[in-house]
Amino acid sequence: MERQEDFRFLTGRGCYVDDVRRPDMLHAVVIRSPMAHARILGIDASAALELPGVVAVITFADIRKFAKPIPQRTCPLPGMEKFLQVPLASDVVRYVGEPVAVVLADDRYVAEDAAEMVFVDYDSLDAVVDAHAAMAGGAVVHEQQGTNVASAYEVGRGDVARAFRDAHYTRKETFYVHRHSAVPLETRGLVAEWDPVAKHLKVWGAGKVPFANRAILADMLQLSPAAVDLIEVDVGGSFGVRGDFYPEDFLIPFASFHVGRPVKWIEDRRENLMATNHSREMHCELEIAVDAGGVITGMRGKVVADLGAYVRTNPGVMPGKGTQFLQGPYAIDHLGFEVRAVITNKTPAGTYRGPGRYESAFFRERLIDIAARELGIDPAEFRRRNLIRADQMPYDAGALVPGQPATVYDSGDFPAVFDRALAHFGFDDLTALNGRCVDGRWHGIGMACAPESTGGGPGEHARLELRHGGGFDLFVGSSSAGQGHETVMAQVLAESLGIPCEGIRVHHGSTTHLAQGFGAYHSRSAVMGGSAVVAVAQKMREALLARAGQLTGTPATSLKWDAGRVVREADGQTVATLAQLASGLPDCGPADHGLVGVSASFESNRLTYTFGVHLAHVSVDPATAQVRVEKYLCVEDVGRMINPMIVHGQTVGAAVQGLGGTFLDEFKYDESGQLITGTFADYLLPSSTDFENVDALTLELCPSPSNPLGVKGAGEGGIIGTGGALANAVSNALAQFGVSVTRLPMSLDNLARSLRQSRAGGTGVAR
Amino acid sequence: MNDMVRIQLQVNGANVEGTVEPRLTLADFLREHLDLTGTHLGCEHGVCGACTVLLNGDSVRACLMFAVQVDGADVVTVEGLAPEGALTDLQANFRRHHALQCGFCTPGMLTTAHAFLRECPCPSREEVREAISGNLCRCTGYIPIVDAILATAEARNDGGAQGAGEPK
Repeated sequence: MERQEDFRFLTGRGCYVDDVRRPDMLHAVVIRSPMAHARILGIDASAALELPGVVAVITFADIRKFAKPIPQRTCPLPGMEKFLQVPLASDVVRYVGEPVAVVLADDRYVAEDAAEMVFVDYDSLDAVVDAHAAMAGGAVVHEQQGTNVASAYEVGRGDVARAFRDAHYTRKETFYVHRHSAVPLETRGLVAEWDPVAKHLKVWGAGKVPFANRAILADMLQLSPAAVDLIEVDVGGSFGVRGDFYPEDFLIPFASFHVGRPVKWIEDRRENLMATNHSREMHCELEIAVDAGGVITGMRGKVVADLGAYVRTNPGVMPGKGTQFLQGPYAIDHLGFEVRAVITNKTPAGTYRGPGRYESAFFRERLIDIAARELGIDPAEFRRRNLIRADQMPYDAGALVPGQPATVYDSGDFPAVFDRALAHFGFDDLTALNGRCVDGRWHGIGMACAPESTGGGPGEHARLELRHGGGFDLFVGSSSAGQGHETVMAQVLAESLGIPCEGIRVHHGSTTHLAQGFGAYHSRSAVMGGSAVVAVAQKMREALLARAGQLTGTPATSLKWDAGRVVREADGQTVATLAQLASGLPDCGPADHGLVGVSASFESNRLTYTFGVHLAHVSVDPATAQVRVEKYLCVEDVGRMINPMIVHGQTVGAAVQGLGGTFLDEFKYDESGQLITGTFADYLLPSSTDFENVDALTLELCPSPSNPLGVKGAGEGGIIGTGGALANAVSNALAQFGVSVTRLPMSLDNLARSLRQSRAGGTGVAR
Repeated sequence: MNDMVRIQLQVNGANVEGTVEPRLTLADFLREHLDLTGTHLGCEHGVCGACTVLLNGDSVRACLMFAVQVDGADVVTVEGLAPEGALTDLQANFRRHHALQCGFCTPGMLTTAHAFLRECPCPSREEVREAISGNLCRCTGYIPIVDAILATAEARNDGGAQGAGEPK
């Protein structure tokens, strides 16, 4: 089914945040630190303030009364609360891009002129840019804390020491995933409007978690949540990073509050690359123990996650979930991990599509291939021997995140998905190409398996209004960043009520429409939001039976709902059509509560789990180190699909994003903490000529038992296995050169270096 | 910077006049002065292609041009590709092939593809991929976009309907 939202996007009639304009609106430019670590000795804004059109320059002195640290939202790990970010730097800056002041002017061009004229006097301090160096001593990023380790803990289950003592074979390897992130095509932005008479604040440009952000913002501005509306307009991509509570989410509303005029701020691309959450950067020393039958009996390791300069709303997800998912889809009885989350003088980190999962899948799946090669077992067979079986479901994978319950894979037939994936890919035929040279290019086949947790709780809300004319307005608490939720939610409602999708208008994500909502994260919208729609449809059916009873004088108990009309239960005779039920209703707008309206929620803290297999065929030119992805397939069991076209599009899009992340995207810093990839000329994203042979196969084998739709979340599974599958494929292609990829990205430079090293007789370990 | 310049041009078939600063970009002129917000800004340094518009029929980056440079020219933005309420065949194929998700790159993709198909009406898949290689998309993986453009070319070459037809 084609998407409802497409028409306005295709004709240029979408309304993204920069399209919002308010009367008398000012433009904000955020002045950011050019230094990674420095003391602020003073700020002189006098020259800027003399420029015609400049209204204010806001510094820490102005926000002092409201300044408090931005709280964490998800997966807080012990100790992290000591490293939170205050929206404007007061005396010390800790990363290039940290907000130092905000200029407000009548015009964006003038605001940028003025920003150049604000003089900030910095006294440079030593910067620490590497997580291991940060742990080893030297510069302390938050002097008062005396350490750069924000969180350190150990988790495990079983008796991992015994598993390793008794092992037939053990193998340890050290891995690294580079710093990269979502980089949506639309940069962040906000329009804030404080009404001093009504004492009400409106903020356009919310995303991901508007209700949670409203609570944070209202608290910081010392307002009641009811005095604040966060309004979600069209959103040009999120992939995890947009909509967390950033410093600007306080600063721009505060600016409007401060000067009493509407304020717009639109991030430019350089700011986006240095100020929006980075992600993924993680070191891992991982070791497995295998018995004589090729069964993995133990896994242990050390995880070090680089959080950057501050703990933002959810960086704990990276080390927390990264460690939780290290065991992946395999039944491994004995586990033991040491985890450290470390502060450095770099942009703060957060979640990016498949957070922690992409990293852990790369570590695990690469190590499994290394071990399979050394053991002389076919890598597919090695995985098959260890995959959790259908008869082991639901499978308790242990509690590996402090403060969180055990991971329980809810359902799935991993071996069946695995075999379907291999067959669809033509693995048995293609694998003969492994390590062979054809027309001057060395070929490799690689795979990665990964489960994915989806459907994050705790709940979701929906409200449904029957409108004059017989249409419906559906309000959902989950938000959208372009995934197609307007279409999907309309489909769920249409199916639940037995009516066509036409006539259903879906409104999402804004705090104006519903009392409560949670948003879009953790691949949860179909699971939680869709289930809330099922619940609200059920309530609407009851309300319409009652209305039909009133209108016709028939007892509601003798009526039933049947495909968009009310019928007599006894003989199926129509009592009232939807149009008749809607007759007499006032013609009110979408924001109004009508006469026939119901609200419902779906609550569940039980996660759903998908299972995916990624398969890659690559060829490498040994002279240039250029990798061509000849064929890529992502297979995932999502339980049930509501809109197959959207699921397929999400999966292929995620996979290509992952291919780009594995080969191209990288935030690089020099030793002083300068971000040296501050434009799209340096931070490389995949283009249409990079990866053309990518496909996805989505299965509906094992519906989730945790929700009425049986759905499991989609959208992140397509990226999770990319690093692991591609690293295995490239390593297989270059095995005879002694190249074994243990570090990402596999950029041209990095692969060329490992090939040169191998030719020079070095280790050839790809870095 | 404050010496204002008077310009006159055609935008989506209509005569437009404006008085602008020389440093005002074409993208900001279209968005801020004419309220044509379909043209998007993704990077403002000429890499992402979201701001692509048609200038005398050629696709250009509106973030890399100044409004004063288009004095006397004919500009078509995404809003001008089809009459109000209608889609061109190319737009309809984008919808059919799910060639957009968040929709932010879509105006630039459409204008780029529109100019390309006029110049190269029978493209190979390779040529389509190269034609849009200067337009970044973070959502779709490009594959459905290439499919949509190819399907449009094929239908046109088979004598199929041209949707709402050529831009004004």
